[in-house]
Amino acid sequence: MREIDVLIIGGGPAGLAAAVAAKKAGIDNLLILEREEHLGGILRQCIHNGFGLQAFGEELTGPEYAQRYIDMVEELKIPYQCETMVLSVSNDKVVTSINPKEGLQQFKAKAIVLAMGCRERPRGALGIPGWRCAGIFSAGTAQRFVNLEGYMPGKKVVILGSGDIGLIMARRMTFEGCEVKACVELMPFSSGLKRNIVQCLDDYNIPLLLNHTVVDIHGKDRVTGVTIAEVDRQTKKPIPGTEQYIECDTLLLSVGLIPENELSVGAGVSLARSTQGPVVDETYQTNVEGIFAAGNVLHVHDLVDFVSEEAARAGEAAAKFVKGSIAKKSDGVPVEEGFGVNGIVPQIIHPELLTEPVKFMFRPRDVYKGARICVDIDGEEVLRGKPHMIMAPGEMASLSVDPELFKKKGDIGKVTVRLEVRA
Amino acid sequence: MRDVIIIGAGVIGCSIARELAKRELDVLVLERKDDVATGGCTKANTAIVHAGYDAKPGTKKAYYNVRGNPMFDQLAADLEFPFIRNTSLVVAFEGDDLQGLYDLFTRGVKNGVPDMQIIDETTLRKLEPNIGTKARAALRLGTGGIVCPYEMTIALAENAVENGVEFRLLTQVESVRPEDGHWVVKLASGEELKTRIVVNAAGMYSDVFNNMISSHKFEILPRRGEYYMVDKTFKDAFNATIFQLPTDKGKGILVSRTVDGTVLLGPTANDIDDKEDTRTTAAGLAEVLEHASMTWNNIPTRNFIGTFAGIRPRPSNGDFWVGEPDDAPNFFNAAGIESPGLTSAPAIAEDIAKWITERLNAKMKENFNPKRKAIPKFRELSNEERAELIAKDPAYGRIVCRCETVTEGEIREAIRRPLGARNLDAVKRRTRAGMGRCQAGFCTPRVVAILCDELGLDPTEVTKFGGESALLTGRIGNRKED
Repeated sequence: MREIDVLIIGGGPAGLAAAVAAKKAGIDNLLILEREEHLGGILRQCIHNGFGLQAFGEELTGPEYAQRYIDMVEELKIPYQCETMVLSVSNDKVVTSINPKEGLQQFKAKAIVLAMGCRERPRGALGIPGWRCAGIFSAGTAQRFVNLEGYMPGKKVVILGSGDIGLIMARRMTFEGCEVKACVELMPFSSGLKRNIVQCLDDYNIPLLLNHTVVDIHGKDRVTGVTIAEVDRQTKKPIPGTEQYIECDTLLLSVGLIPENELSVGAGVSLARSTQGPVVDETYQTNVEGIFAAGNVLHVHDLVDFVSEEAARAGEAAAKFVKGSIAKKSDGVPVEEGFGVNGIVPQIIHPELLTEPVKFMFRPRDVYKGARICVDIDGEEVLRGKPHMIMAPGEMASLSVDPELFKKKGDIGKVTVRLEVRA
Repeated sequence: MRDVIIIGAGVIGCSIARELAKRELDVLVLERKDDVATGGCTKANTAIVHAGYDAKPGTKKAYYNVRGNPMFDQLAADLEFPFIRNTSLVVAFEGDDLQGLYDLFTRGVKNGVPDMQIIDETTLRKLEPNIGTKARAALRLGTGGIVCPYEMTIALAENAVENGVEFRLLTQVESVRPEDGHWVVKLASGEELKTRIVVNAAGMYSDVFNNMISSHKFEILPRRGEYYMVDKTFKDAFNATIFQLPTDKGKGILVSRTVDGTVLLGPTANDIDDKEDTRTTAAGLAEVLEHASMTWNNIPTRNFIGTFAGIRPRPSNGDFWVGEPDDAPNFFNAAGIESPGLTSAPAIAEDIAKWITERLNAKMKENFNPKRKAIPKFRELSNEERAELIAKDPAYGRIVCRCETVTEGEIREAIRRPLGARNLDAVKRRTRAGMGRCQAGFCTPRVVAILCDELGLDPTEVTKFGGESALLTGRIGNRKED
């Protein structure tokens, strides 16, 4: 069994940034395992631009952004194996993988960074009635067909859900001569970025139908149309009499992303219900000592730039853990989601160990105007952020908090992050 | 002149084909679809090997069910398809008349069902800690089991081919007529085939062929059943298949894990007009949820991975049609085989094969090979076996379906076999690629590529399930052509 200091599972943006950071922090015995044929993860099929504004101060395409990190990995001579699927991770950090060349391998890792990304929610998860015909694709699958394989999944398209991949595909399919008839969203707001609504729907006169859903899929062999209906804002149930038939040959689904944590669970990692990713502390360490997590496997991000930043911190922490410079931890203080806050990360902090600001990230539960992010310690407000013009579930919110704020409080029972909205 | 033509390659047709393959006979199976096991009944049912308490004593359903059930152990071992005797429970809930359980018990005794007990709430909760709070007692059926119906059918068909049976897929039968003491089977293509014996295993359409040649007419009435599927994370939620005690309000919705760990909730029972209408409906799915939640109080709706509907070929007289109509000798019906048809299939096949053998004076083959090797299931192998397999063929070192851990090697093997997969769903039924929690999101492009590589297809020719179900509409950059 090969011993590895830092083993990184996943060679997408999170895994690459974690590896680069771990190497720079002095770890030479590290390895990236990537299931696809190439490094870069899902960015390889994201050929649109808009990546890197935060990280590099310039606008890159997905493959260009990934290449920046792949180049760093190559320059730093960080070893990696592609076409390598991890089959299991044990609680004592034995990782079993297969690939066609090396066959079945087992590694004993001192630290692991989980960077497996996420998957798309399928139709089945929604229970949309109708035929189970060809022509129903998750937006990411369609994106792969178009951008990597060069094939079109259809001509007349309806998109259910307004996640970013769906929005991007609305524009991409339009570029390829498709008629994108509508983007149908169950919620009263989009779950995608504002800029994508503007640049991918509005610019091409594609209607965004909020408070609507698909209630029937027609077509025995191939989709011939869908029936959509308005939903009740509270119950989300279709309102009888509002049904409309839309003729189409393709239904794309962009109805949410689910962190891929089957390996994490197998290793004994606890997941948070709201993020569906691991519960981590300020160093992105999970409840299993030496197992860290970053990127979309931890929580679904909006911008890859933040994935890289987060993963770099996780990679550095993993390096410190291997070198023994992360002190023995207490149980830590729980971080709770207060009003308007969904999917807080980290969920635990160790005030006594903090050396740098804690970056809290979360999704607003709803659309809020003029909301402030506030932090309470044991019910007492200790921080009140500046008001935000607008906050929405499609855009990640974050707040960095000075560690001194926690240290000077002494014994802390819990920390709450919440939004305050003026009445 | 053929000895036997079997119409239909569902579980019944393939069971009979494999049984006839043991004899020195020239057997041809005709199937209108491009794969076996694709009908609304074989492909999409509850996948249960029933104990046999349910059917009315004296019926063919009761007889073949109780005879078929114990045949599964040997069959599954010989043909390497998944089968688990996980037991069944019929559960009575608060407010139900417990007499109902005793009535079923009595019926089971009359049908000859072994290993039945009525168990009290304490015992029930010990067996099934997750059973709903209103559960009060149950009938336990030790012989109840679960099976993979399409894998079983594919295994039967492959073994039949191995032993000399011929299959013609994409071959629709238009009519059957008698001529000079034999039968003429006319295909939709116009071609006519002569045969001594016809076996009618046409599932939903078995009434059509029977009614062409016999005055004993019946109708097959399609009855649709809708299901939810829960991710295999919950495979251990229940050990047994959990039925609900039928009441005047309905037959109840069951909760059953499949041999692959997915948990099924369903089915509904709605009579419909169209024999092909496998749509799911909002009302049907809601009904499943409502009733299943009695058995499983906190159904993990967040972990639903899919829904589907199957069609049961309900015979108008309520019982199976097995055997020759007295006015059409050498025409054997295996028709109207609705539930418990899957369980009954081996016994029905045994009888039909016996009758045909007697009629044609057929000899047993000396070199019949009863064994069929399954496609290796990478997900179920030990690490040593995995390493060995990859060393032999590196394609087994490449995972195509992440959710179900299916390798490229398995997919290639599924395509290369006799009666091999020709489309996405056929690959799925043989390997489970695409059946997991992402429902083929990741593996679809890769399975398409493998199908193209193996079969010399262009990606635009690859279908989901044959016919007009092409996945892709063309190359990119061809917008002017539209």
